[in-house]
Amino acid sequence: MGVSDWIRSWPVYRQLTGADRLGRGDAAASPKSREREPRTADADRVAASVCPYCAVGCAQNVYVGSDDAGERVLQIEGNPDSPVSRGRLCPKGSASKQLVTGDHREERVLYRAPYGTEWQELDLPTAMDMLADRVLDARRKGWQETDADGKPLRRTQGIASLGGATLDNEENYLIKKLFTALGAVQIENQARI
Amino acid sequence: MGSNMAEAHPVGFQWVMEAKARGAKVLHVDPRFTRTSALADKHVPLRAGSDIAFLGGVINHILSNDLDFREYVQAYTNAPFLVGEEFADTEDLDGLFSGYDPETGTYDTSTWQYENGFPEDSVEGERHREQSAGEQHGSGGPKLESGTGIATDETLQHPRCVFQILKRHFSRYTPEMVERICGVSREDFLEVCRAWTSASGREHTAALVYSVGWTQHSMGAQYIRAGAIIQLLLGNIGRPGGGVLALRGHASIQGSTDIPTLYNLLPGYLPMPDSRHADKRDYVESIRGTHQKGYWHNADDYIVSLLKEYWGDAATEENDYRFDYLPRIDGDHGTYRTVMDMIDGKVFGYFLLGQNPAVGSAHGRLQRLGMANLDWLVVRDLTMIESAEFWRNAPEIETGEIVAEQCRTEVFFFPAASHVEKEGTFTQTQRMLQWRDRALEPRGDQRSELWFIYHLGRILRSELAGSTDERDRPLLDLAWDYRTEGDGEFPEPSADDVLRRINGVDLTTGELLDSYQQLTSDGTTAAGCWIYSGVYAGGVNHARNRTARTEQDETALEWGWAWPANRRVLYNRASADPQGRPWSERKKLVWWDAERGEWTGHDVPDFPKTTPPEFEPEYGESGPGALAGDDPFIMQADGKAWLFAPSGVADGPLPTHYEPHESPMPNLLYGQQGNPARKVYGREDNPSNPSPPESGGDVFPFVFTAARLTEHHTAGGMSRQLAYLSELQPALFVEVSPQLAAERGLENLDWAHVVTSRAAVDARVLVTERMRPLRLDGRVVHQVWMPYHWGPSGKVDGDVVNDLLGVVLDPNTMIQESKVATCDIRPGRRPRGRELLDYLAEYRRRAGVTVETGTHVMTADTTASDTTGPRATAPDATTQDATAQGTTDREEDA
Ligand code: SF4
Repeated sequence: MGVSDWIRSWPVYRQLTGADRLGRGDAAASPKSREREPRTADADRVAASVCPYCAVGCAQNVYVGSDDAGERVLQIEGNPDSPVSRGRLCPKGSASKQLVTGDHREERVLYRAPYGTEWQELDLPTAMDMLADRVLDARRKGWQETDADGKPLRRTQGIASLGGATLDNEENYLIKKLFTALGAVQIENQARI
Repeated sequence: MGSNMAEAHPVGFQWVMEAKARGAKVLHVDPRFTRTSALADKHVPLRAGSDIAFLGGVINHILSNDLDFREYVQAYTNAPFLVGEEFADTEDLDGLFSGYDPETGTYDTSTWQYENGFPEDSVEGERHREQSAGEQHGSGGPKLESGTGIATDETLQHPRCVFQILKRHFSRYTPEMVERICGVSREDFLEVCRAWTSASGREHTAALVYSVGWTQHSMGAQYIRAGAIIQLLLGNIGRPGGGVLALRGHASIQGSTDIPTLYNLLPGYLPMPDSRHADKRDYVESIRGTHQKGYWHNADDYIVSLLKEYWGDAATEENDYRFDYLPRIDGDHGTYRTVMDMIDGKVFGYFLLGQNPAVGSAHGRLQRLGMANLDWLVVRDLTMIESAEFWRNAPEIETGEIVAEQCRTEVFFFPAASHVEKEGTFTQTQRMLQWRDRALEPRGDQRSELWFIYHLGRILRSELAGSTDERDRPLLDLAWDYRTEGDGEFPEPSADDVLRRINGVDLTTGELLDSYQQLTSDGTTAAGCWIYSGVYAGGVNHARNRTARTEQDETALEWGWAWPANRRVLYNRASADPQGRPWSERKKLVWWDAERGEWTGHDVPDFPKTTPPEFEPEYGESGPGALAGDDPFIMQADGKAWLFAPSGVADGPLPTHYEPHESPMPNLLYGQQGNPARKVYGREDNPSNPSPPESGGDVFPFVFTAARLTEHHTAGGMSRQLAYLSELQPALFVEVSPQLAAERGLENLDWAHVVTSRAAVDARVLVTERMRPLRLDGRVVHQVWMPYHWGPSGKVDGDVVNDLLGVVLDPNTMIQESKVATCDIRPGRRPRGRELLDYLAEYRRRAGVTVETGTHVMTADTTASDTTGPRATAPDATTQDATAQGTTDREEDA
């Protein structure tokens, strides 16, 4: 490095001669930090999404990349285009990458037998079949064709459901539709709470 | 009020700060000094559970000083309408309205009707009590037989006109009363009144924000009615910068109500049919009066279109569109009733779809004991939550009430896909749908709820194929042919296809519908949720609209899609004066364009597009065509906003101050102590702490309240497992004032435990001046506040705060009173194991708690002679526990 290069690499020189007069951006950057790239730079694509926590509905950009283990979420950031959130996220929204990539997430169906003291694994199709049998059984046991006056009820009191308020509208729609067709009426949601 | 917006809706709060920077005054009326108070111009603490007394005081201030926006009130509200002669007010009946049945604890609402308005077929008694009246009647309020021809007095002088009734009803809500009941000084109260009433008129508006600090009360719906009355008197509804803004707590809790998974609703706020409805005609007639005004008159179009979406070709005119396939309700089937039924062995299987009631619902012990008495339980979640593992980590394991080896419940845990691994819409708090694109595929067995329900339905249908049982027909005839993506036995159903069918289709052409106005009752349209019709207008998924805010005006109609019809401000016809001109240039939103003969403006007009301002319907007209040009409230049966609700509200046509179910205070306004129509459950497993006039309340002398923190989310299933968030808020704590700390010997950061007749809960003590003891009516009331996000699992754990609460419900919404209860607090940790049960039993014994406690809801003396004026007898402080009495109230959750 020559003397002039050396002087030109001084932050104060760059601050005085460059565009960054306040010395809060480029002028203050070391070569090391200049070489750094945001983790979003490796993204293959960006999906538009919405924060899953509160009802403000802040818009998110989900950066997806891939490595040997497959695709993964690299980062989740606020989407500055949103007229609701203007790109901002609160601590929860900002932590949502951890929500979706953290090791707390279960990947396997688990089953606890009656009187059991441990979980055991179960494959998904088997679990769905077992469940279907149980649904029909509980429906039958709780079935009420009419009330005491003989008026039709056509329902079961044997099955109940309580849904969270992070379900999509489309999901809620199918939940209500299927359970209604089954005759189950105790179909509830966090919205009651 | 009833909201800690800066904490619970932080990114939304930027707009409050923006308004403040532009000169708006921000007032925060709330028991605790919070992050919101810190940023407000003024914080006014009040006793939790006393909000209606405060709001009633504001109403009285407006009416006795003629501060209402008279032109608005006269034209757009029911203030001039006359109420029938039989109506009797709380003024006459010591806190009750006419029609109260002490046997059932319910109202027959027939005496609340307008004069000349034919009464609805009042279905009362136990049935009415059991049903969730407010939601039962849909979003538009209940029916009236006729929307025209109601007797009126435009001068607002007639003693039976709504305006005068309102004036009399609130006349005793004086600043002195507000001071005695709420603990708010006269100066503070009048400062709020002055600020609020000055933001009114042609040039000004005020916005009112609430959250679950209002809804989670045994009279929550009436809190909101009280706020709405003020906003209507000041002309602040349907106008820019106005409104009553409900801040909802979860990503799609608005959507979960619009497209409900709620027992008493079908999509679009259509009521669930009940056993009285022999056929569809009965049902439709119970929703709307023959001659009522507005869009609910078209309910037949909405239900037939829904039935066509449910049962497709199997639903025909000949078979009443398979209305008989719908199961009938005949009482309360809400989540709390259901949990008690689980304990009583009447429910066999339970699905928890992204919900953690072992921590998140009131009375956690009741929830867990219910789960422990099932045939099977399904839990679908991202992570292992407490509700899936109650058989090994419930607090009842320690007390021996649940023993894994003796617990028969079979548990299935299904891992769920996250919000980035599936596509679909959330509806946020301003009724706006926003579509999420799928970013990537989930791993292992992780699946969406859409997948789970779709395939469960598919398997059930194939198992039952060929069944001749009549009971199986609704399932076998169900239109379950949604498009799927991918191959194999278990492809992913298409959320896009589901949304298209929610939007609705013209069955004759196969085209997507553009608006709910195209729906018909002749079987040629199918639509899953009529209020969402238009989200796919023109074949475009408008929920996916993402025009940057910099590329459009501030109404931002091109971002997402708000129901109905992409209208951003509901009832925005009221933003123009009766003649159709904007009230003022600076408060311009929607107006009549006489040249083009239509309504126009910055927002999509929420009014029949070509009905001119001067239009008057014929007497006896019905439906949208009966809306006069100055009837902005197009979902109301009379086109007007209801200051007085002639029907549809279970606990009174006007809000009235009652004490919470558990309160240290007698009601200073009436002999009637609590909400006479609240829903109580006197059970061994659901004890109440005593309240006046019962004795023993001094055992639980403080008022308890709970709320949310920014860094956690409700029951913690989405936050206590995250390292970042757990580090930010690592432990459960309890906030107490320095005075209460001194009184009870509590040390900052030491352990203390909070006790009710249900539970005792450990927490670290936070001594803070944010909690201020309130001086009211000669006594000091202390409040105890806790965040409620902890449970036994996760990176950070703690006791379950919801265990402290019992189950008592608002009779309109069947929502629990969880923002106020009474409690005790003691230094040190609570007893463990069996000793805990003994400890609680001893508390109940000392307080004289039995299954009867709190269940005698009527305390009014309707024969008393002194019921014509405010109760002369102030409670005698010497006969009460004159020491600390506490309270709080607070925001949070739904
Ligand atoms: S980022 Fe925060 S404020 Fe925005 S939606 Fe998420 S939780 Fe709510």
